[in-house]
Amino acid sequence: MSNGRPSQLFRNKSAKIAAIPMIVTALFVFVGGTAWTVVYSFTKSGLLPRLKWVGLDQYERLWSTNRWLVSIENLIIYGLCMLVLVFVIGFILAALIDQKIRFENTVRTIILYPYALSFVVTGLVWQWILNPDFGIQSIVQGLGWESFAFDPLYNADIAIFGVLIAGLWQGSGLVMVLMLAGLRGVDQEVWKAARIDGIPAWKTYIFIVIPMMRPVFITTLVLVVTGIVKIYDLIVAQTGGGPGVSTEVPAKYVYDMMFRANNLGQGFAASTMMLLTVALVVIPWAILEFGGSKNRG
Amino acid sequence: MNNSVEIKNLDLEFGSVKVLQNLNLEIGKGEFLVLLGSSGCGKSTLLNCIAGLLDVTAGQIHINGNNVTWSEPSERGIGMVFQSYALYPQMTVEGNLSFGLKNAKLPKTEIAQRIKRASEVLQIEPLLKRKPAALSGGQRQRVAIGRALVRDVDVFLFDEPLSNLDAKLRADLRVEIKRLHQNLENTMIYVTHDQIEAMTLADRIAIMRGGQIMQLGTPDEIYGQPINKYVAGFIGSPSMNFLDGRIKGREFEFGDLSIPMTGYNFVNGSPTDSETTLGIRPEHVVTGELVGNAPFQTDVTVGLIEPTGSDTLVDCELAGTPFRVRMDGQAKVSVGETLRIGLNPSRASLFDKQTELRL
Ligand SMILES: Nc1ncnc2c1ncn2[C@@H]1O[C@H](COP(=O)(O)OP(=O)(O)OP(=O)(O)O)[C@@H](O)[C@H]1O
Ligand SMILES: [Mg+2]
Repeated sequence: MSNGRPSQLFRNKSAKIAAIPMIVTALFVFVGGTAWTVVYSFTKSGLLPRLKWVGLDQYERLWSTNRWLVSIENLIIYGLCMLVLVFVIGFILAALIDQKIRFENTVRTIILYPYALSFVVTGLVWQWILNPDFGIQSIVQGLGWESFAFDPLYNADIAIFGVLIAGLWQGSGLVMVLMLAGLRGVDQEVWKAARIDGIPAWKTYIFIVIPMMRPVFITTLVLVVTGIVKIYDLIVAQTGGGPGVSTEVPAKYVYDMMFRANNLGQGFAASTMMLLTVALVVIPWAILEFGGSKNRG
Repeated sequence: MNNSVEIKNLDLEFGSVKVLQNLNLEIGKGEFLVLLGSSGCGKSTLLNCIAGLLDVTAGQIHINGNNVTWSEPSERGIGMVFQSYALYPQMTVEGNLSFGLKNAKLPKTEIAQRIKRASEVLQIEPLLKRKPAALSGGQRQRVAIGRALVRDVDVFLFDEPLSNLDAKLRADLRVEIKRLHQNLENTMIYVTHDQIEAMTLADRIAIMRGGQIMQLGTPDEIYGQPINKYVAGFIGSPSMNFLDGRIKGREFEFGDLSIPMTGYNFVNGSPTDSETTLGIRPEHVVTGELVGNAPFQTDVTVGLIEPTGSDTLVDCELAGTPFRVRMDGQAKVSVGETLRIGLNPSRASLFDKQTELRL
């Protein structure tokens, strides 16, 4: 077959050549950087990276540090609550908008708006709103309800939920627009068919519409989960990790170890643990989304 | 009570847009009614009103003698088939057929029985375990029909069910729908803008325009005695030739031609002298040996030839007006040649120039 189909490799030659610098950079920076980090997490690097092997020492230290354990616990609490609530809120908002309300564009913009803000702004705004001296608590008390108390950021037991509120406020809009796009992609005639079959709206959502939106759900899930794992700036702006270490998160631990405590090895070990977490989420998704598509046709 | 569906003074508005206006329609039991009209004339809207998917602005809808104007779609005793099939994509064919029944809490054996019967009728038994994505367009539409079938209802509504299929499949499925109607003897209301579908399937056709029914009649009536110029031009392909002239006594005068209208059935007696449009279908113009018997004969020059295989269309001019003639596909004609043609007034239609109504 000398004059068969030309090799895939040499198609679109100029486009491929043009992409080479970017591919090299990406490989070098991402893959190279990642490998480097993992390698150095097994060393005794302090202020500067040094190839002095200490085996799993850094990891042992990491998992016996209270602050790291609290960080993980916070991430789990924040992550699970965020995941469930952001999906529920986002989907309900999208479903409401999809029911053809008035001023749809206005409502959509208002709800999506927080997403356009940086986490630092969100964090500061909610720090003020939740501040007992001039936020919600003082306003409600000012209205006459003297005993009203709502100061989550000053209570170590529930401070992470104060962060959660801010995170939800910022994240729900994105989930809503993604869900709305998914809902809009559902053929109106399917809805009509379901009505003729006598299926109530909630059942239509659960058994027909949501299964049809699977790709949107998976994409949203990945966005939300990665957003949760890398949460850092919101914490820094809103609580600074406090009170005490009650709102510490892994990304902040990494940053503080590397650039404040001059303990690169610890930071590398912690970030390797985070990479592992993300990989645990992304790899199954990629297999589901891309690997399975061949047999699904 | 012989009517399956009755529509009384139906109005429907979207905001300030009046889509249906004072529409009345009675559909007999077991009748196959086709709603035919150009895009945007309100066919789907009317069907959705009957199905209960749209709230009517005024008027009433009765199905099987019950006033269902404000009933839920599922309680009206109807099944509906959509253009886009509207199958539930994540369920198997069987799931699609059974979902509504399960939801209505029908006994399992009953559901199984109905699915069995419907899938036999539609020959989709081998497909029951597949998902819609693994079916061809024709198979999907069959499943969609099956979903209406298992509801065990008296009235079927079809909204352009064959529009998404290719020509061959469309013809096949058309025959199948006709056979289905003969076997089931259900009432069927069928929306289409394909006139061949309308002519072949319908017991009666309702021609719609601008939210109103222009003419309601058998395919023969619609084709042979169109009630106005719009219907005349809409039905038939290639479409009717129209000649603008005057009627004087029993003669239609057109340019320097005078066509005797003897044998034409006037609706209200012949008018004495008025501006009139004569409509004659290309297939009713005779050529060759048949010309000798025609009451009116003339010569035309062949301008353009469109062979279609089964027949050949000839474009020419009759006293300055474009005119088309349909000839047999075997006929030999060439451009520029003079062709003798004959018209038979009894097969023609006359319309008032102003009102466009049939005379
Ligand atoms: N939701 C709506 N809001 C406003 N106007 C509408 C709406 N739905 C339909 N219309 C208008 O009503 C008219 C009739 O629409 P309909 O869908 O019944 O047409 P149709 O006869 O089915 O046409 P087609 O053959 O293209 O399907 C159209 O002019 C359309 O613009
Ligand atoms: Mg339509």
